[in-house]
Amino acid sequence: MRPKALKIILSALLMITLLGIIITHQVSAEAPRVIEITAKRFAFTPNQITLKKGEPVILRLKSEDVTHGFFMRKLKIDETIEPGKTLDVAVTPDTAGTYTTICDHFCGVNHGSMNMTISVVE
Amino acid sequence: MKEVDRRRFMKIAGSSLGIGVLYSAMPSARAKGEAGAFFGELGKKNGEAVTPFTFLQLSDAHVGFDGPPDPLGTKAFERAVEMVNALPQRPDLVLFTGDLTHDTEDKDTHANRMRRFLEISKRMNVPLVKYVPGEHDAGLDAGQMYREFLGESYYSFDHRGVHFIALDNVSRAKPEVGPDQLAWLKKDLARFDKSAPIIVFTHRPLFDLKPEWEWFTSDGDDVMNVLAPYQNVTVLYGHIHRDDEHAVDHVHHYAARSLIFAFPDPEKTAAKKPFPFDKDAPFKNLGIRLVHENFAGKPLVNTVSVQDVELTTREFMGINGINQILRNPSL
Ligand SMILES: [Cu+2]
Repeated sequence: MRPKALKIILSALLMITLLGIIITHQVSAEAPRVIEITAKRFAFTPNQITLKKGEPVILRLKSEDVTHGFFMRKLKIDETIEPGKTLDVAVTPDTAGTYTTICDHFCGVNHGSMNMTISVVE
Repeated sequence: MKEVDRRRFMKIAGSSLGIGVLYSAMPSARAKGEAGAFFGELGKKNGEAVTPFTFLQLSDAHVGFDGPPDPLGTKAFERAVEMVNALPQRPDLVLFTGDLTHDTEDKDTHANRMRRFLEISKRMNVPLVKYVPGEHDAGLDAGQMYREFLGESYYSFDHRGVHFIALDNVSRAKPEVGPDQLAWLKKDLARFDKSAPIIVFTHRPLFDLKPEWEWFTSDGDDVMNVLAPYQNVTVLYGHIHRDDEHAVDHVHHYAARSLIFAFPDPEKTAAKKPFPFDKDAPFKNLGIRLVHENFAGKPLVNTVSVQDVELTTREFMGINGINQILRNPSL
């Protein structure tokens, strides 16, 4: 191959890569914040998160052991977290406040104390 | 009877008394004359006449639990049994609304707790005792052990013309009765006149009392919709370890106190934390309930009245407190 042709191919590749980076960057700037929450008998980690009113977020839910629930009536969240799967829940809270979110899928002896707090600030 | 009038029939005694809850089914003095014909009519329909009676609701004994906030284990439950047996009038029946035992992952230990529960429960000098499970009885094995000891977890029976319905909202992973039980409920109710007196007893509240504390049943609305055409429905439940009264449309929901430890008012407390143990008043906020069915035979009239009685101590036995019940004018 002649050096000139090689140069053209290389610069084309570079352009595509740069373009790719720019596009990816733009997408992630617009995408909602992702917050990972892990359920494990009998707690959620983290057990407190803070969201901003009106800010769309993704809660990425996982279980490290058995099936758990993830339930907060006022935020309209009612999910089942199965082990081995990742569950994305989109939430845009519209009212500031403190929301106790519980496991509502019976998971063992201390199931009744499995909860976390979602704080929504102005 | 107008909306306002039926409120007067609601007689809930203050929380100062003593043990659990007594309900009674009898025509009030005012309604007796008009009610007579209706009782006869209803008797034809149910195959049994409605006659006055009183029964008890006990709840949440949590046999096997002995840590804070109640280091006394079964003492409150045993005291409640003593007080039931000392009642001046023997109640017709006792409804036990769940959490008979406290759960443990050791199956043998849990079965022993169930045996211990029954041993104490059977000391009650009452002809009929009916149970429903709580999530501490049925959560770990979907109610299997419960059914081995006590039979079906949901069922119905008639007593003196009143139709009693036991609902199980704890044997599924979610706090719900589920579609099978709903279908059964519809069938069970089909033979009844819309004015038939119906008493539902279950563990969890059938309405959104405090979902953040798991004080709700997710398909509770479906259950209440099935019951909606019936004009004389009362729901008795446990789970919340405090007495509570709540009216939705014409249906009254009553929660009974527990026999192990008490929860505070969720509207006044942020965290779900029981009251701490008070060694000077170990049975404070624990109790039994007397229930009176003052059936008047009128549609949309709440004829059930309840009386919550706080447990007294007196070295966990004796008849202290019974005299207080006797003096209470609403009995
Ligand atoms: Cu859980």
